[in-house]
Amino acid sequence: MSYARALRCRKCGQEYPVQPVNLCDFCLSPLEVSYDYKAMAKGLSREKIGQGPLSMWRYRDLLPVEGKEVDIGAGFTPLVKADNLGRELGLDRLYIKNDCLNPTYSFKDRPVSVAVTKARELGYDTVACASTGNLAASVAAHAAKAKMKAYVFVPSNVEKGKLVGIAIYNPILVTVEGSYDDVNRLCARLAQKYHWGFINITLRPYYAEGSKTLGYEVAEQLGWSAPDCAVAPAASGLLFTRIWKGLEELSMLGFIGPVNTHMFLSQAAGSSPIVNAFQAGSLHAHPVEPNTIAKSIAIGNPADGYYALRVARQSGGGAAAVSDEDLIAGMKLLAQTEGIFAEPAGGVVIAALKKLATSGIIKKNELTVAFITGAGPRTQEVVSDIVHPFVVQPSLESFEEVLGVGV
Amino acid sequence: MAKRQVMFTFPQRLIKEPIIYNLGQQFKVVTNIRRADVAESRGWVVLELEGEEKDIEQGIAWVTARGVRVDPVIGDIVEG
Repeated sequence: MSYARALRCRKCGQEYPVQPVNLCDFCLSPLEVSYDYKAMAKGLSREKIGQGPLSMWRYRDLLPVEGKEVDIGAGFTPLVKADNLGRELGLDRLYIKNDCLNPTYSFKDRPVSVAVTKARELGYDTVACASTGNLAASVAAHAAKAKMKAYVFVPSNVEKGKLVGIAIYNPILVTVEGSYDDVNRLCARLAQKYHWGFINITLRPYYAEGSKTLGYEVAEQLGWSAPDCAVAPAASGLLFTRIWKGLEELSMLGFIGPVNTHMFLSQAAGSSPIVNAFQAGSLHAHPVEPNTIAKSIAIGNPADGYYALRVARQSGGGAAAVSDEDLIAGMKLLAQTEGIFAEPAGGVVIAALKKLATSGIIKKNELTVAFITGAGPRTQEVVSDIVHPFVVQPSLESFEEVLGVGV
Repeated sequence: MAKRQVMFTFPQRLIKEPIIYNLGQQFKVVTNIRRADVAESRGWVVLELEGEEKDIEQGIAWVTARGVRVDPVIGDIVEG
């Protein structure tokens, strides 16, 4: 049984039944799931969670689903103590939440698992999304597992290599000619016209909740406590707000103490509407035209910018933008100190962390978690200049000569 | 009749122009403002447009040509 009680407008508080709607009829603001926390607190305990499966579904009672979950094994990814990277950055208690290790190699498996479960429960036989990579792969994979039809819309200029990671799950893959904004507008209209479970539009309130599990997991893996600082990437800003919501909920249920986590969001400088607003002291992220190699977080008009800004402010956190050059250095640093090959969004997080640590905003002894949300191999072309192999003939002499080694 | 929820972002030079009024007058589109904010350098308005599909399309094209940015109210839909 789910403890979800209603959908609630995040701006004006108007409530709606638990249905596939995402906008408030009155003020056109996003809706979010509201729960009966009193009943939840009675029915749930740390011990009960601890006995659950080693996946995000151990937190099922905190998620808005009734039916059997569509589970391809998302979640419960490693939280690694990053001593080597910590030494480089001057941080004594640094952890990496390695969400590259999800079934389709990004954190998107968390929200999508919840959204596809909800879609099936609400009677949809088709799900859909618009994406440049990670989301599309995850939706296609979950639809395959659920035996549902999936329409996946992709801008026509997406790298061919990324299409393979989507097409392997056999969705109906549609490439759309036109600009990024054209694809956005087309998909907004498709979502209105067709009776599909549009994962990040009509099902967005449910989709959003899946990302809370990142917050839950980190707290549980830290022995049921919240970190002092968290650094996460921001595209629409949704993930960032849900890590915070996850921690807040655990505190409200009495599973962890008061949350004093400083939440820092990071963006690539070529697409940083939320960071710009934070620096200008505003709560409204004005749209920008994205221009960065960190394509998985290149969102010019972030749907949850306002809420992400509020979390950054309320938590005493901050926001940092980094150049493409710095994010590539971040990717290399993470790989070469901790053995984790992240996508450019992960490079953004590491570069931002470096900035925050160097400037003393994040302090040496603060327990800090950096969220790495997607794996590198899908976007490896951005660091292909790193390949300089030694070329040798198949003989010992050649090896020793070329590498300058010997007895 | 169709409905469309959109966000208009106005650059500074257009803040004083009655663009939403003209949109309603010229294209037979009913404009219904739900949220808005106007600051020194920019303004935004979240509104619902109601009318014939082709009138809404033409109206949005005209507003865009005037220099206003028009986005779906739910923000960018294409994700990473």
